[in-house]
Amino acid sequence: MADNGKPKTELLDQLETGPWPSFVTEIKKAREGSPVCDDLLGQLELSYQEKKGHWKHGGIVGVLGYGGGVIGRYSDIPEQFPNVAHFHTIRVNQPSGWFYTSDAIRTLCDIWERHGSGLTNMHGSTGDIIFLGTRTNELEPTFKELTEAGFDLGGSGSSMRTPSCCLGQARCEWACYDSMKLCYDLTMAYQDELHRPPFPYKFKIKCAACPNDCVASIARADLSIIGTWKDDIQQDDAAVAAYAAGGLNIQKDVCDRCPTRCMDWDGATLTINNRECVRCMHCINAMPKALAPGKERGATILIGSKAPIVQGALLSSVLIPFIPADELLETVKELIGRVWEFWDEYGKNRERIGELIQRVGMANFLDAIGLDPAPEMISAPRDNPYVFFQTKSESNGN
Amino acid sequence: MASQPIKPKRITDIGPPNYENFLHPVIKSNYGQWKYHETLAPGVLCHVAESGARIYSVRAASPRLLSIQTLRLFASLADKYCGGYLRFTSRNNVEFLLDNPDNIEPLKKELAAEGFPVGGTNNSISNIVHTQGWVHCHSSATDASGLVKSVMDALYEDFVQEKLPAKLRIAVACCLNMCGAVHCSDIAILGIHRKPPQIRHDLLPKVCEVPTLISSCPTGAIRPATVGGKQSVEVIEEQCMYCGNCYTVCPAMPMNDPDNDGISIWVGGKVSNARTAPKFTKLAIPYLPNNPPRWPEVVQAVANIVDVYAKNAKRFERLGEWIERVGWPKFFELTGIPFTRYHIDDFKFAGLTYARSTHIRF
Ligand code: HEM
Ligand code: HEM
Ligand code: SF4
Ligand code: SF4
Ligand code: SF4
Ligand code: SF4
Repeated sequence: MADNGKPKTELLDQLETGPWPSFVTEIKKAREGSPVCDDLLGQLELSYQEKKGHWKHGGIVGVLGYGGGVIGRYSDIPEQFPNVAHFHTIRVNQPSGWFYTSDAIRTLCDIWERHGSGLTNMHGSTGDIIFLGTRTNELEPTFKELTEAGFDLGGSGSSMRTPSCCLGQARCEWACYDSMKLCYDLTMAYQDELHRPPFPYKFKIKCAACPNDCVASIARADLSIIGTWKDDIQQDDAAVAAYAAGGLNIQKDVCDRCPTRCMDWDGATLTINNRECVRCMHCINAMPKALAPGKERGATILIGSKAPIVQGALLSSVLIPFIPADELLETVKELIGRVWEFWDEYGKNRERIGELIQRVGMANFLDAIGLDPAPEMISAPRDNPYVFFQTKSESNGN
Repeated sequence: MASQPIKPKRITDIGPPNYENFLHPVIKSNYGQWKYHETLAPGVLCHVAESGARIYSVRAASPRLLSIQTLRLFASLADKYCGGYLRFTSRNNVEFLLDNPDNIEPLKKELAAEGFPVGGTNNSISNIVHTQGWVHCHSSATDASGLVKSVMDALYEDFVQEKLPAKLRIAVACCLNMCGAVHCSDIAILGIHRKPPQIRHDLLPKVCEVPTLISSCPTGAIRPATVGGKQSVEVIEEQCMYCGNCYTVCPAMPMNDPDNDGISIWVGGKVSNARTAPKFTKLAIPYLPNNPPRWPEVVQAVANIVDVYAKNAKRFERLGEWIERVGWPKFFELTGIPFTRYHIDDFKFAGLTYARSTHIRF
C-alpha cells in the first residue's frame, strides 16, 4: 500500500500518460464512491507484474427467472482483494443505434452507483451496455431498478444475443431499410429466447442497412441482414461533374476500383451498367453527393458467420438474395422459426448454426428449411465430381 | 408515467427502451430522409436532409471502459451543446449530435481539455474494438485495454487526421475466442496461449466434475485418467487449441502462463463490401512477447505495418486490398517481417491458401 491507503500502481500509472484517453484514469475516477475499484486496481497491477490474469469463472449467477445477462466472475486471490471476490458483469440491452438522452445516461449512472463498481463499457462487443463488476446480492436490486427505469438485460450463454444494428435511417443517407426498427422489433419478438437459453449455443442477429456493414454483421452474426437495392443507382450528373471539377479522378479512383468495371467515364458523363453492378457501395462512398442507392430497397439475408472456435472462422453466406424493405420483419421472423427448428433438432451442443450447415451441407439445410437453391448463394458451383444423387422420394419429385 | 399496480409486480421481459425516445428532434423529423453528408473536419460530420435540415456529429475517442463520472461529464456536455442528445458508435466512440454549428468548436475545446480527442472518421484509424483482458476475463492471454492504450498513443495522429489511403480498422482480442471478432479487421492484435492447460491433479477431484469437464472441450482433447490413484484427466496435447473452455468449467485447469502467453498480429481483413468482398485477417507475426505496461514490441510492429501501408497503398485501397495487389512476398519484404513455417496453414482445408498458380511477381 502507498501512504494514502491506496494500492501502489506503478505499472498502471504509466498508462495514464500519452494523448489517448486512459482506462486507468477511468478506474481511478470511479473509486471516489467505490472502494472495489481499489482492489480492482490492485489485482490488475499484479496481473501487469506477473503477466497473467487473476479471474476465474465458477458457478452460474443471474437474476430470478433469467438464464442469461450476467457473466459470473470471481477473483482467484480473494484473500488479497476481498472487494473483488465477486465481480460479475451485467449485460444491459442497449437502445437501437446506441442513441441516448443525457437523462437516460444519468439514470443508468445512478443505478450503477448504488449497486456496483461505477465502471461500465460503452459498449460491449455484443452491443450491450456493460455494467462491470458487482456482487451476487446486488444483481436482483440492480435488475429491479433497471426494469423500473425501462431497461432490461441482454443475452449471454446459449441464448439469443442482444440483436444490434447500425444507425441506418436515423442519420445515414445510404440506409436501404429501417435497421433500428427491425432490430428493436426482433428484440421485442424474442424476449423469451433472449432471457431463457433455449439453444445448443449462442445465436446473434445483426442489422446493417447497407453493404458498408458498419456493425460487421457479415463477420459476427449468425443471421446477417444487410441492406441493398434492386433498381438503378440514383445519379446526379451535375454533382458528378462537380466532383470531377473538385479534383476527384473519376476514372482512376472510381471506375477503375469498381469490382465489375461496370462504369464508364468519358470525361463528361458517367454511365453505369446497373445490371452488372454488384452493389458494393464504392462509387457511392466516393461521391456521396452525386450517387445514392436505388429506390427499390430491401435487404440480403446471410447466414452462419462466427469467430474461429471451434471449427474455424466463417463469414456469413447468402441465403435470400433480396427481401423488400416492407416485408423484412415478417419474412425474417418466419425464416428464423424454420432455422431454429432445424438447429434445435440437429445441432450438437455448442455447435453454431454455421458449423451445423458445414456439417450437414448447405443443400440439405436448404431442403430442411424449405428454400430453393439459387446461384446467388454460391461464388461458384462445386469443382469436385462427388455428387450424391437423390432418390425420387427424397427429391420431392423434382 | 404508467399507473402504479396495486401489488408491486416484478417487471421482466420488457426489452430495451424504444430508441424513438432518444432521438434528436432533427433526426426524428428527418428520419429516412437524409440526402448526403460531408466531413467538416476529422471527427466532425454534417448530414443534410432532403428538407435542408442539418445535423452535426462530433465524434470523440473513449477508452470504452468508462466510469460513471465520465459518463456524467458526457451527459452534461450534451446538455450544454446539443439539447442532451448523444450516442455511441460501433467502435466505442462517443458522438454528440448538434443542430447548431456554432457549438462545434466550443464542444471540441471542452472535449480536448478533458482528454477526449475528436477524430476517427473516414481515412483515419478509428478506435480499437477490443475485449476484456485482465480487467475482467478468466481466459485472457494478455490485457486488452492496456494494448489499446499503448497502440493508440502511438497512432494518435492517425486518429485525429484522415491522411491514410483508406480507412484502417484495428481490433484486439485477448484470447482466440476472439470475442471482439478480430478476424475481419485491417490489423488484428490477438492474445495467444501456446500451451495446453496445466492440470492440478491434487485439486481436480475436489473442485471439478470430470464428465462435465470432458464434455466442455470442443475438440475432445480431454480424457479421463487415473493419476496417483485418484480420478483425474489428461489432455491430448496435439488436439488442444488453447480455447480455455476447460478452465471455464474447472478452476483446476489453469491456462494462464506468463512464460508462454503472448501476442500474434494479423492483417488484411475487412468487413465492408466496398470494392472487394469481405475477408479474413491473415497471420503476419506468429508471436510477440507480452510486455506490459506498454508492449513496445507490439506497438512497434503495428506502427511499422501502418507506416509501410501508408507509404505504398493507392488511394481507396484497404490494407488487404493493397496486399492482394502487390502480393504477400512483397508485404513481408517491405515490412521486414520474417516469413516462417507458422504462416503456412495446416488446419482443415489448408490447401485453399496454398499458391495454386504460377502467378508470381518477381
Ligand atoms: C467457446 C469459447 C468461448 C468462451 C469460453 C468465451 C468466453 C467469454 C467470456 C468469459 C466472456 C466475458 C468476458 C468478461 O466480461 O469477463 C466473453 C465475452 C464475449 N464473447 Fe465470448 N467466449 C467464447 C467464444 C466466443 C465467440 C466465438 C464469440 C464471437 C463469435 C464470442 C463473443 C463474445 C463477445 C462479443 C463478448 C463480449 C466481449 C466484450 O464486450 O468485451 N465469444 N466470452
Ligand atoms: C462516410 C459515410 C459513412 C457513415 C456516415 C458511416 C457510418 C458509420 C458509423 C456511424 C460507424 C460507427 C462509427 C465508429 O464506430 O467509429 C461506422 C463504422 C464502420 N463503417 Fe461506416 N460509415 C460511413 C462510411 C463507411 C464506408 C465507406 C465503409 C466501408 C468502406 C464503412 C464501413 C464501416 C465499418 C467496417 C465500420 C466498423 C464496424 C465495426 O467494426 O464496428 N463505413 N460507420
Ligand atoms: S451500414 Fe450503411 S446504412 Fe448503416 S450506418 Fe453504415 S453506411 Fe450507413
Ligand atoms: S456500387 Fe460498386 S459495383 Fe456498383 S457501380 Fe458502384 S463501384 Fe461498381
Ligand atoms: S477474447 Fe478471450 S480472454 Fe478476451 S474476453 Fe473473450 S474469452 Fe475473454
Ligand atoms: S484449452 Fe480448450 S481445447 Fe485445450 S483442453 Fe481445454 S477445452 Fe480442450
